Amino acid sequence: MSASRIPVVEKILSANDAIAAEVRAQLDASGTLALNLMASPGAGKTSLVERTVARFKDEFAVAMINGDTSEAAFDAERSQRAGAFSVHINTGGKCHLEAAMVRDALRHLDLNRTRLLLVENVGNLVCPSSWQLGTHANILIASVPEGDDKPYKYPKMYAGVDVLLINKIDLLPYTDFRMEHFRRGVETLNSGLISFPISCRTGEGLDAWYDWLRQRLGSFGG
Amino acid sequence: MHELSITESLLEIVLRHAAGRRVAAVHLLIGELSTFVDESIEMYWNELSRNTLAEGAKLQFRREPGALLCLDCQKEFSIHAPEFLCPGCGSARARLARGQDCYVESIEVEDGTP
Repeated sequence: MSASRIPVVEKILSANDAIAAEVRAQLDASGTLALNLMASPGAGKTSLVERTVARFKDEFAVAMINGDTSEAAFDAERSQRAGAFSVHINTGGKCHLEAAMVRDALRHLDLNRTRLLLVENVGNLVCPSSWQLGTHANILIASVPEGDDKPYKYPKMYAGVDVLLINKIDLLPYTDFRMEHFRRGVETLNSGLISFPISCRTGEGLDAWYDWLRQRLGSFGG
Repeated sequence: MHELSITESLLEIVLRHAAGRRVAAVHLLIGELSTFVDESIEMYWNELSRNTLAEGAKLQFRREPGALLCLDCQKEFSIHAPEFLCPGCGSARARLARGQDCYVESIEVEDGTP
């Protein structure tokens, strides 16, 4: 039996990308700004969500999608207490969110009344970076105790994000974290990346993050 | 365990392009930065492709190494270089050049299969 070779040249995750485009269209139609929050476990994703929701909940409706590898909805409960309408996604052991999971979660949200949607990805610096979700920006929350070598060790994650938050800067005096070394690694992978040094504990630096958010919301219309 | 999702997607692409013909081999290009592990993809592939026209098809992986481009001497070097320093000229100024791609390059199908 003879065989022939057929050129394909299709991205392996093309199906996910197509669903991500559907999600984006839905968000654009309702005027909802959506952010994909990624970080290692313990970097402060939920703390950032609590802070951000508390800051904006009196101005407009904020909703939350929490991805977790189990049924335990602790993070969703924290966001809910902070004042966000929250949907919990159990990824069934998967180490990342996929566009289809976000699409399904959107059915539980009243998007027309939601201006800001925060999607909290599974805590992991490896897998989430490969799946676009249809959100408007990929946000990475790094944190000082993780160490200044993380851009060098997780290049894919640092290369693929639109905004970098460097959390727990109140701990800088107690660690060997070299901000210059960290920033040079980031610059190599993602030149000109917008970054905000913050502390969710003390509130330091958060105003610049809020300003960025407000500006993105403004340029989004509505 | 993200290779399960990857392999599901891969199988869908392969069967669509095969258009009803039996698949003998699948050629993949996997960038080093992609974090996808060949052995895991193969394991899921053997499971998922069972009882499809792609059952038994060989996966051929072509790995694209992660590379940085030195902005001073314009040479490419490995992303594993310590602290992203150019081994040629010692410069600390570099940019990510390659290693993020991840796609199906081609498939081999048996002619004349229904």
